Amino acid sequence: MIKNTAAQMSAALEKGETTSVELTKLHLDRIAEVDPKVKAFLHVDGESALKQAAAVDADRASGKKLGPLAGIPLALKDVLAQEGVPTTAGSKILQDWKPPYDSTVVAKLKAAGVVILGKTNMDEFAMGSSTENSGYGPTFNPWDLTRTPGGSSGGSAAAVSAFEAPIAIGSDTGGSIRQPAALTGIVGVRPTYGAVSRYGLIAYSSSLDQAGPFGRTVLDTALLHEVIAGHDPKDATSLNAPVPAVVAAAKSGDVKGLKIGVIKQLQGDGYQTGVLARFNESLDILASLGAEIVQVDCPSFEYALAAYYLIAPSECSSNLARFDAMRYGLRTGEADGASAETVMNATREAGFGREVKRRIILGTYALSSGYYDAYYGSAQKIRTLIIEDYKKAFTQADVLVSPTSPITAFKIGEKSEDPIAMYLADVATIPVNLAGICGMSLPAGLADEDNLPVGFQIMAPAMQDQRLYQVGAALEAALVSKWGGHLISKAPALGGAK
Amino acid sequence: MALSYDDVIAKYEPVLGLEVHVELNTESKMFCSCSTTFGGEPNTQTCPVCLALPGALPVVNAKAIESTIKIGLALNCQIAPHSRFARKNYFYPDMPKNFQISQYDEPICFDGFVDVEIDTDEGAKQFRIEIERVHMEEDTGKSLHVGGATGRIHGAEYSLLDYNRAGIPLVEIVTKIVPGTGKYAPEVAKAYVAELRDILRGLKVSDVKMEQGSLRCDANVSLRLIGSDVLGTRSETKNVNSLRSVERAIRGEMIRHAELLNEGKKVKQETRHFQEDTGLTRSGRSKEQAEDYRYFPEPDLVPVAPAAAWIEELRAQQPERPSIRRKRLKEQWAVPDKEMAAMINADVLDIVEETVLLGADPTKARTWWLGEISRIANEKEVALTELTIAPKDVAEIVALVAAGELTDKLARQVVEGVIAGEGTPSQVVAKRGIKVVNDDRALMAAIEKVCADQVETADKVRNGHVPAAGALIGAVMKETKGQADAARVRELLLGHLGQPSN
Repeated sequence: MIKNTAAQMSAALEKGETTSVELTKLHLDRIAEVDPKVKAFLHVDGESALKQAAAVDADRASGKKLGPLAGIPLALKDVLAQEGVPTTAGSKILQDWKPPYDSTVVAKLKAAGVVILGKTNMDEFAMGSSTENSGYGPTFNPWDLTRTPGGSSGGSAAAVSAFEAPIAIGSDTGGSIRQPAALTGIVGVRPTYGAVSRYGLIAYSSSLDQAGPFGRTVLDTALLHEVIAGHDPKDATSLNAPVPAVVAAAKSGDVKGLKIGVIKQLQGDGYQTGVLARFNESLDILASLGAEIVQVDCPSFEYALAAYYLIAPSECSSNLARFDAMRYGLRTGEADGASAETVMNATREAGFGREVKRRIILGTYALSSGYYDAYYGSAQKIRTLIIEDYKKAFTQADVLVSPTSPITAFKIGEKSEDPIAMYLADVATIPVNLAGICGMSLPAGLADEDNLPVGFQIMAPAMQDQRLYQVGAALEAALVSKWGGHLISKAPALGGAK
Repeated sequence: MALSYDDVIAKYEPVLGLEVHVELNTESKMFCSCSTTFGGEPNTQTCPVCLALPGALPVVNAKAIESTIKIGLALNCQIAPHSRFARKNYFYPDMPKNFQISQYDEPICFDGFVDVEIDTDEGAKQFRIEIERVHMEEDTGKSLHVGGATGRIHGAEYSLLDYNRAGIPLVEIVTKIVPGTGKYAPEVAKAYVAELRDILRGLKVSDVKMEQGSLRCDANVSLRLIGSDVLGTRSETKNVNSLRSVERAIRGEMIRHAELLNEGKKVKQETRHFQEDTGLTRSGRSKEQAEDYRYFPEPDLVPVAPAAAWIEELRAQQPERPSIRRKRLKEQWAVPDKEMAAMINADVLDIVEETVLLGADPTKARTWWLGEISRIANEKEVALTELTIAPKDVAEIVALVAAGELTDKLARQVVEGVIAGEGTPSQVVAKRGIKVVNDDRALMAAIEKVCADQVETADKVRNGHVPAAGALIGAVMKETKGQADAARVRELLLGHLGQPSN
């Protein structure tokens, strides 16, 4: 049962073949069995999950009309505030902090009857591409436990990939949903900026952050997307527009006559052979399904990584200033007569990890008077150029595509001492965030050289998220029929799943 | 040492710069829906947003934007069709986010002016104060430093933090540099802050209570040699909490600067704190190393883009400028200067005007509000507007007195009754059975009784000692329970005792 898709579980619940309590128990068992190896979760709240599940079962029994994900278990990235449940953003500075409020995403999940199993591991404050920067130790890739699941939403991706949950929530600031989805062989979507409320999402880089769904199929991902998207008056940057019909698009999956643009700058040097081979194969499939493949040029993408690593650290240097030991979280250095300043310094020294400190320092520097124009200012100009590149490209194609990650899952420790090498893992995903548009990663097969999953990235203009699902569903259907099942079914067994 | 003010202005020209912070009177905070009520239990008016809990986000209070545009329009400013919020980054325990959401390079209002008038030995003089910008920001929380001698953070045993004030909407009004005021600098500054206060009060956008901190002034002062066009180094004086203090602080700083300059020393660019008791300033934090606030556009908020039509609508709703209104009312009501000043100081112009508009005689309306009703308000230690008596009640009382149905003395009882919640003036009159005794026969009966009771006094009057009649009149009034018209009693009494009554 746990290897089914969320849509199948939903149908089984609807027919009365199973209950939410049973489904939840199965997943809690699976977590107990494999999570000691995968370490996807920071906090599992079985008791409250079962209570939630029982409530949904009762509603169903009473004939109440329920949404498609009612009673389906879910893994929640620890970056989202959930009332009364430890929420740390992967940081020691928030160890044991329990929010007194629900993020809007959590409120929507609860309202839809989704059962929250627990909080998943992540790079501290979403800064990283491997989940190794977590203050609570790394998460391991279910495909190969010596490798990382990517990041920063590595815990959520690994949980879905390891059948610990059928769906999960992540957040994507520079690729933090799409890259781990690619590295763990699942589907992940970063919705258009403003499509999903950021209220209660612990901020890393406010202008780039966006929560989004993970699933093992395009349809499951769309079902979750529809639950969490929508206008929120508590988030001033929230889009006040109808949610695109993503579920309908995921069910139609037609690409006939669609123009698909291949971005010249997001391939070639630095991209693993097996990654490019699977990418090109997928392009051929899309062409065979009736899409027209065109080449598009996005010259400013060359500077995207540099711009990102000025804008995101700048915003984070300010966003993370609130962690000062005054109102919540860690407090240390309170010796007799210690001043507030001493306590703040000691707490931030002890509570933040190396990568977080690196980015705070970088951002503080980039915003300093005398350097602002050269760094933050220039980065914003590049951001504008990237937006213009996309605008032009979208006049030539309905969607744009690239490999999600230039490489497949890398070894734990392989890049953790080399920040630049780590940053390059996001080279193909970052432009989407800078432009505020939407992107999906879905499995394109395994790289020949290492038998590890390769992700295929689809990008669509802002508020056209349905196009991702339309193209993704078409490609997925063709690949599944070619493979004789979902790619995830080829993942090695971690234990005796039922 | 110990220069006189005249010594200072003989040699130097002061240059001013004034920054005024105004707390808006919106019901909710700048970026969340918490209450802004003053004086609540510490930390009871807080939420995830104004406590800066992880994940919380700000949303702009539209009412605050409206108030700020109104202020900009009243100060003759341009209103930006597009302005942005920015983050001002610095660490301080009473600032929950460790950055303040403010406006930086794109304020919502800019390039305005205010004309002020001061009385001088050479007659009234006008000065134009140019406004650089008007922008929105949020207030910080309050720190209470416990232990140590001075209530300052240094030497304190511990500090308490109250975040009720954190996030209250603030508007900062910044002047351009103000040269050319010469010896009048302190008075001009005071007049400017007073004018600003009246404008804001007229707009009804703030309580403008300097003593409660809803209007706060930072005064920048520098001196240059007369004739020089090079600006001197400025000091910024904070904590100036009354109009009088504005004047004193600037005068004091001018003298302090001149003493330093005359000794060949340099004025330090620094923040100074005004001491209400001594009238002097003391050094605060030094600004020699300019603080780097790392301003950048607030990514959690979208730009403010007020529609042109809305701005015009607000422009059309602008109230009469206070200075013009004061002149108009003074003329219309024929108020002597001193009385006018008293009304302005007591802040009764609005309420008196309302009463007059309801038909009351201006002098009578003013006398009631400024006299008896103010006295009761003072006694109860509440604001006039908090009393249950309204302009329509006062207008009714004035009318009843004019119709001869009440005497002034009886009217005071009616005022008391209205304030005690006994109803409208006519209801109070009916309930208390208050009426003027117009019946001469009833009065004569009382007079005869009193004269019989106090034979000696009555004889004194009969013998021509008229002042002794006072006691008898008092007794008659008492006999008639204050409902008699004292003038008529006097007339009848004197007639009764054979004395002329005028």
